[in-house]
Amino acid sequence: MADADEGAGAPVAEPLDLVRLSLDEVVFVKLRGDRELKGRLHAYDSHCNLVLGDVEETVYIVEEDEEEEETIKTIRKQSEMLFVRGDSVVLISPQAPS
Amino acid sequence: MENGAASEGKDPSGFLSEIIGAPVTVKLNSGVVYKGELQSVDGYMNIALEKTEEYVNGQRRRTYGDAFVRGNNVMYISSDS
Repeated sequence: MADADEGAGAPVAEPLDLVRLSLDEVVFVKLRGDRELKGRLHAYDSHCNLVLGDVEETVYIVEEDEEEEETIKTIRKQSEMLFVRGDSVVLISPQAPS
Repeated sequence: MENGAASEGKDPSGFLSEIIGAPVTVKLNSGVVYKGELQSVDGYMNIALEKTEEYVNGQRRRTYGDAFVRGNNVMYISSDS
């Protein structure tokens, strides 16, 4: 009875289990400030500090021209290894979004 | 019993554990809305959602199979049913 809720039977008992199950997998991370990351999750902790490898960062920038038309500019950056401070994390998803 | 808050023995986290597994709407402080099935919640209000749809300015932007939302971003969690 003590071990009833451990192991594969209860994969997501608390939200961070979802992140634990994504270790060594490619994850999608949404950050504050219209930034997104896609990379392999090497490590995480309860603050959502993350270590990601082989990362693509996408930054969305809204630009307004003279006619007040908004265009969204995207900037992409690659990093080999990235430490993300947990307080900027909004969402973590195991698969690439569709 | 049915009308929640006034009756004894209920608290906010009790409500959250009651709606585990139910379809919910989660609104973040940024205004972004997530609709999905509530998989779990913890004391920080971190949330795990299943079959999640993301709405920005009322328009559907993305879907996620599973999604972890960090609790500090959450404005409210509403049960859809």
